[in-house]
Amino acid sequence: MSVGGLAVGLEVAPADRGKRLSPWVYALVAVAALVVLSVVRLLSGATDLTSAGTVQAALTAAVPLAMAGLAGLWAERAGVVNIGLEGMMVLGTFGAGYAGYQWGPWAGVVFGLLLGVVGGLLHAVATVTFGVDHIISGVAINLLAPGAALFLSKLYFSDAPGGGQKQSPRISDAPKVTIPGLSSLLADIEAKRWFFVSDLAGVLRGLTTEVSLLTLLAVLVIVGTAWVLWRTPFGLRLRSCGESPAAAESLGVNVYKYKYLALVASGAFAGLGGAFLAVSSGQYRDGQTGGRGFIGLAAMIFGNWRPGGLATGAGLFGYTDAMALRGSSAVHALLLLLGIALVVVAVIQYRSGHQLLSGVAAALGVLFGYWYFSTDEVPPELVGAAPYVVTLLVLGLAAQRLRPPRHAGEPYRRGQGV
Amino acid sequence: MPHQADTPAPAVELSGITKRFPGVIANSDVNITVRAGTVHALVGENGAGKSTLMKILYGMQPPDEGTIAVDGHPVSFGSPADAIRAGIGMVHQHFMLADNLTVLENVVLGSEPRKGLGLDFAAARAKIRQISDAYGLGVRPDRLVDDLGVGERQRVEILKVLYRGARTLILDEPTAVLVPQEVDELFGNLRDLKAEGLTILFISHKLDEVLSVADDITVMRRGTTVASVSPSGVTARKLAELMVGSELPVPELRESTVTDQAVLDVRGLTVVGADGRTVLDDVSFTIHAGEVLGIAGVEGNGQAELVEALMGIRVPTAGKITLADRDITRASTRHRREAGMGYVPEDRHRQGVLLEATLWENRVLGHQTRPPNARGPLLDRRGAKADTRRIVEEYDVRTPGIEVNAAALSGGNQQKLIVGREMSGDPVVLIASHPTRGVDVGAQAAIWEHIRRARADRLAVLLISADLDELIGMSDTLAVILRGRLVADHDPATVTPEQLGSAMTGAGRED
Amino acid sequence: MRKLSPRSVLLGLAAPVGALVFALLVCAAILALTGKSPADTIDAMATATQRPRTIANSINSATTYYLAAVAVAIGFKMKLFNIGVDGQYRMAAMLSAALAGATFMSGVPQFLRIAMTIVAAMLVGAAWAGLAALLKVTRGVSEVISTIMLNAIATYLVSYLLNPARLAQATAGSNNISTRRIDAGGQVPGLPYPGSTSKVFGLIFLAVLVGVLYWFVLSRTRFGFELKATGLSESAAVASGVSVKRMVVYSMLISGAVAGLVGMPQLLGSSYGYALDFPPGLGFIGIAVALLGRNHPVGMAVSALLWGYLDNTANSLDVAGIPREIVAIMQGVIVLSVVAAYELVRRYRVRAEQQEVGRALGRTKTLEEVSS
Repeated sequence: MSVGGLAVGLEVAPADRGKRLSPWVYALVAVAALVVLSVVRLLSGATDLTSAGTVQAALTAAVPLAMAGLAGLWAERAGVVNIGLEGMMVLGTFGAGYAGYQWGPWAGVVFGLLLGVVGGLLHAVATVTFGVDHIISGVAINLLAPGAALFLSKLYFSDAPGGGQKQSPRISDAPKVTIPGLSSLLADIEAKRWFFVSDLAGVLRGLTTEVSLLTLLAVLVIVGTAWVLWRTPFGLRLRSCGESPAAAESLGVNVYKYKYLALVASGAFAGLGGAFLAVSSGQYRDGQTGGRGFIGLAAMIFGNWRPGGLATGAGLFGYTDAMALRGSSAVHALLLLLGIALVVVAVIQYRSGHQLLSGVAAALGVLFGYWYFSTDEVPPELVGAAPYVVTLLVLGLAAQRLRPPRHAGEPYRRGQGV
Repeated sequence: MPHQADTPAPAVELSGITKRFPGVIANSDVNITVRAGTVHALVGENGAGKSTLMKILYGMQPPDEGTIAVDGHPVSFGSPADAIRAGIGMVHQHFMLADNLTVLENVVLGSEPRKGLGLDFAAARAKIRQISDAYGLGVRPDRLVDDLGVGERQRVEILKVLYRGARTLILDEPTAVLVPQEVDELFGNLRDLKAEGLTILFISHKLDEVLSVADDITVMRRGTTVASVSPSGVTARKLAELMVGSELPVPELRESTVTDQAVLDVRGLTVVGADGRTVLDDVSFTIHAGEVLGIAGVEGNGQAELVEALMGIRVPTAGKITLADRDITRASTRHRREAGMGYVPEDRHRQGVLLEATLWENRVLGHQTRPPNARGPLLDRRGAKADTRRIVEEYDVRTPGIEVNAAALSGGNQQKLIVGREMSGDPVVLIASHPTRGVDVGAQAAIWEHIRRARADRLAVLLISADLDELIGMSDTLAVILRGRLVADHDPATVTPEQLGSAMTGAGRED
Repeated sequence: MRKLSPRSVLLGLAAPVGALVFALLVCAAILALTGKSPADTIDAMATATQRPRTIANSINSATTYYLAAVAVAIGFKMKLFNIGVDGQYRMAAMLSAALAGATFMSGVPQFLRIAMTIVAAMLVGAAWAGLAALLKVTRGVSEVISTIMLNAIATYLVSYLLNPARLAQATAGSNNISTRRIDAGGQVPGLPYPGSTSKVFGLIFLAVLVGVLYWFVLSRTRFGFELKATGLSESAAVASGVSVKRMVVYSMLISGAVAGLVGMPQLLGSSYGYALDFPPGLGFIGIAVALLGRNHPVGMAVSALLWGYLDNTANSLDVAGIPREIVAIMQGVIVLSVVAAYELVRRYRVRAEQQEVGRALGRTKTLEEVSS
């Protein structure tokens, strides 16, 4: 990772980027994952693994994570590390609560986004204009934002009908859409409990039934980000600020400007994530974000600083979240899944000649397998840690596949980049 | 760009350029005229003000006084973008390329062809291919820069500049990072560019290269232009004298002090880089007490790797290093230093000093385990300070005191402090990498004198330098390093810089 | 360590004082904008100051914050960001509380028992931090990312362990869950504070000791020198014979061990058991305090006291109808503005010193010598 600081240790994990994989490979991996899920469902009898309800819940949980991850992506692609995401999300939840209960969910979304932008601008002023270390500024924002949100909440929600010192009045939910006809058809197939087919139907039904417009907006934003950052001149310039600000500057790109714009976008997406959280849960509450900003960061790393990857990461973490809510038998099955994934990593690393890593991965995989077979349930308190454990495992066991922006986290001053 | 019809205006004309920084005058009254369609070389020592001047010409910094004219028209640049619009392009010494982006992305950055809101990849690709073919650059647009070699990267840099329609190219020390074949290729490219009517401003301090490729030469010294000469009417030695401003101080060893006691013995030292390239290949030599072994070579031929392997900073792939009959191949840097190895690094800001620490703390650096700086696990502050005063005195470090930060000293004084420090504590071997680079003439003579004295005291010295006169004058034995191998031994008493130069480029022998 | 001239002292103070004034102005503006009186706010805080209890509690908070700040500062000195003090402190407090409260401990003499508790906390903290160090030196994983992840994992682990089926028990008469209460034989007696029933943590002496050790190690030992050298220039440190990997491991372990101490004053001085009411976010307060105090042993003490004071007077604000979070806002603004101010002062100082040396020696330098 190129977060500023000591370079020691980086040389042990030189990037060995593989070839760009074709979309077919990704599709194949998705199908394979579903097959594994089906097998695990059959073995464990945990029908919740692929039920439409789980998928729906996973989607709802994933959207704020994906937005936080996207916020991290925009900032880091422009070379600014943003661990203030959590704080910016908090601002977003407050904004959504404030506007949402008065003028409806969409006003809430817009307000949450705007307050997030305020947080992003603060980070920009500190890191870009004043050259403050990115981590420090992020920490300060994480101290500042929850205080500010609670201050305002006490001011504005205490006397509002249905509100309190630490929570806003109710916000009505955003409209939801269902593809008519398809849903019931899929429900029938799902009920058959056929291997794979029913699982696929369950997943599809979850993705097409009662989908919030907010979720659709999130999908749009992720696809839009991919297009803007990788297919437009604007995106190229923004990314060049994270890859080599000196090169960008030498070609007349105003690095300060793009860093500012990226942080405005970063704040906006973090605010959006917070707003989604508040709107979909029906109100603003103090402490509502619960570390989701950091999970978003984890999703971004998991996704190798790419929109598709972070969406996958957010989906995965949202999925564990949903499973935790759905009872322990399903969660228990996750142990086996994790074990299998680790064994796959072990095989891949072995084939690329990293015997030691492969050994560690295999040992961990066996350990998770043993845990699965020797117990009947996972303590619910531990399930929440899954995204963080998975991210550490990815960083520890497959870091050489990751490609963070080269100059993310480094201070930049105009005219000094040589 | 409009051209005047009859008398071709100079491509670039700088008159009376002056640039001051707080406490510093970087350029004063600089005058240069670059004829269109020529290769114009700008030479000068490190610190002579070349880089500042180029930053001014490229719009990265505004001049305080003076005017710039391009093709006869006065211009004023607020940013590199303005310079680019005026047809001036810059190829930086340290490549300005983003590794993680493709060649195409690197080239079009900042002046992207558009299709609607998006980037027009097809048009960009076509234009890059066309330029690449026109000048024989051989650049493929869709490769990742990370996968390219040094020479290819430089061609991408040149293409970047051409893509923007530059008619005048500034090349800042373009050969510093190239191996000889790549230098030849580059010069071939430059001649092609010149044939197409482009103008090239070539910054260098490698005089033989300048003489072989330039049509006109301007010499800078102490921030100002001191002479404009033609390569046909000048020798390398004359140019060098113009650069330093006086008769060159000739480093000269008096009588030989070489003994037959081997101090540092290196056998078959091999280093393979992270990219799998062999950067140091089967290097063997012995240095005796009282001997200076000079290593000549074009920069980037394995010198840095050799030095770092000797100091234990880089792990060798194969080979054996023996210091006074002790095998130190696997020893840590600290053990090597404690065993009596001193180290004057090539880049003092990177490896030699802590800029934001005081002089006495810098005295401790590298000797933190030994008296007078330490007593057991504790620091001996009084001892360190007293010894720092001694160094400041003996080595003539110009400073108001030992409590100022190293950053406040000039480069020459920082270097004198480093040399003084590394000569302390009775070293048996000194690894000196470009010990007089970027220091003024006075400091240079002083540093030479100190090395000479230590040599008489039976110090063994490995001297790496780009300054051939320094190497010939200071060394008891001379070796040449080329592509990671020691290819030739010379007797410094009889060798000429010309012979050495051809050995360094591999022209002298078929290996 | 530069010589103390009046000018350098003034410059050193300019940044923190400026940041404080700026933060005060921002908060006054926020209060005025939201229809609250800044004067009332100051009045309420001043009134609270007159209560000895507030002062005693401020000192107690400062003790905790100071330990957290030192833990962070050890990393900062070598450009290592231990964002994970929070997780390290909670793991350590939880497990050492379980040990101290265990039944078999009642037979152990008081001094030994306290020492065992503290050592256990240090070991746990060091181990949790050691994971991040291990990932950094073997896999190049940024300690910022790994400690953020480890913080969250610690949160879930602690809540898992803090369960009646495992290391905790329900407190009779409330629905609070805590580790088994440490009886009098394992407690550290507090110091009476005149006019207040609150006692000052006995382990304040531990904090002072840690501060003195921190100062001594950094400025008087080889290890401290190498730590600072690594922070100033990793490449120069390597060339001087420092093994940066070893330094990362050592400093992370030491930082974690000190982080382990953070929970001790409260655990052994007032709570006598680890419960969910142990404050979260202490690691981040530690970062703020270390930044404001510029990693200096005395500077951090002053800023820890300021932080503790602000936190404890804030309690009186809610009573006065002013949301106490104004203090949190103020603290956030202080952190942001103080680091910006330090950066500006640093740039000014470098320039000034170069000019001074230039003048003293009557010679102007070329640009390359300055900027390269």
